[in-house]
Amino acid sequence: MEMIRKLPLEQGNEVAAVRRLLRSLLSLEEVDAVFAPLRTAPGRTIFPGLVSDAERIDAVDPVSASFPLNAAQLLGKLTRKPTGAFLVAYLRPCEIRAAIERAKLHQGSLDEVILIGMDCCGALSNRDVRTFSYLVSEDPDAMVREAVRTGEFRFPEGLSLTAACRSCTAFTPDAADISVCLFGSKEDGVPVRAGTEKGRKFLERLRLEVMADDALGEREAVVSRLRERRAAFREAMFETTRAAVDSPGKLATYFADCVLCTNCRVACPICYCRECVFLTDVFDHEPLQYRTWSRKHGAVRLPRDVMFFHLTRLVHMSTGCVGCGQCSNACPNDIGVMELFTTIASGTQQAFGYVPGRRLDEPPPMTVFEADELAEVVG
Amino acid sequence: MEAYEPTIVAFVCNWCTYTAADLAGTSRLEYPKNIRLIRVMCTGMVDPQYVIKALLEGADAVLISGCHPGDCHYMNGNFKARRRMKLLQEILPRFGFDRNRLRLTWIGASDGIRFVETMHEITRQVRELGPSGVREAVGF
Repeated sequence: MEMIRKLPLEQGNEVAAVRRLLRSLLSLEEVDAVFAPLRTAPGRTIFPGLVSDAERIDAVDPVSASFPLNAAQLLGKLTRKPTGAFLVAYLRPCEIRAAIERAKLHQGSLDEVILIGMDCCGALSNRDVRTFSYLVSEDPDAMVREAVRTGEFRFPEGLSLTAACRSCTAFTPDAADISVCLFGSKEDGVPVRAGTEKGRKFLERLRLEVMADDALGEREAVVSRLRERRAAFREAMFETTRAAVDSPGKLATYFADCVLCTNCRVACPICYCRECVFLTDVFDHEPLQYRTWSRKHGAVRLPRDVMFFHLTRLVHMSTGCVGCGQCSNACPNDIGVMELFTTIASGTQQAFGYVPGRRLDEPPPMTVFEADELAEVVG
Repeated sequence: MEAYEPTIVAFVCNWCTYTAADLAGTSRLEYPKNIRLIRVMCTGMVDPQYVIKALLEGADAVLISGCHPGDCHYMNGNFKARRRMKLLQEILPRFGFDRNRLRLTWIGASDGIRFVETMHEITRQVRELGPSGVREAVGF
């Protein structure tokens, strides 16, 4: 059983406690930078960034509802070549899953990365974050305190977490090197636990006080209550979505507003192809071909490849979908991309018994095969 | 009003199924005109996109056919094809494409007769399923 360590709550403040953890790790000789969400003035939205100076760690906002992009994409840029020093990466559970999945897809390496995850209180969409920042309560720390108690941020004025978050049952950082067990933490401190050998080695160097094994009891209660609620929402979302697309006509209607901007593809951490086939000349159809289609069908809506794009993306990446919801966040026309992709991904992942980002040594299903399998497919 | 005749696109591998189709031809065996052969070097090069494209353009069924497991000219192309077909059979039926419109068969080079029998059987089944209705449903 992994030892539970304590991050003391100075100023009764979880946020300060996490900053202290990051500062301590940064002070270790082998670590030369921290990758974490930064609140950079004068912006309201929080963006991932690098911090090398311990005094600047105060810019880190480790428990916020701002989630403009999946930071796992940026992590690839930071780790595609070795640098000789460790990077502490503080990420949401879905970003950790994406980072592990991307490492398996050769988009960066986790060799020099110490993955720190936290129990995630959820996020707002980009639009809602801008609205919400005008309504920030006078005591943001109280908001965090409340979120940590229940497992979820609560907002005024009818704002709510994104649908991706409300349907997420994987809100604990199971695969992280070090987990910050925020949920249910009490006034004396936040439990921190290593999840890997690497995490254990680094955590031990911080010489944090050990906590009793039952220190995570309250967390388990919060997690199981929240998971139950989320699972119900998730099932309902799957049912609604399946019914909304169960014929080609319905699927076309689902994407009726799609302009093929491919923002969903850009925002998706799993869609890593630099030269997505849809952006190549394969889709520069001949002008005469367009006239042929128009003649053959009488009329044709343009751009034409909307269904083809989404069906292809589903087939190419659904086994890797981590449910972060950035696709819906990025869509300029409010299409339920996340709802569809998460629903289909649930099926394809189950079909192969695969969970993306669960383990670094678990190969993605479309990269391996057996000589003898899947007989039910043939015939 | 003509009776509905399905259009079935078949991606067949050069070394096995295409050779079987060729054998059927030289043996003067007949198989339905509904089958439109697309010759590929190996079933392992059939990107699921090709299957989706065929269906979206109005094919009533798509068949991928190649060498028996263990006999692939490129060792493991057909194993990859099998995984990809599994994926397609999991995803496309969710959108109303009957699973029986997505077929994978192993037909070896000497199986000219088996090729003909399989094509007849699949055509009969897809005729019974009716048109895929994609073009009408999607409208534009």
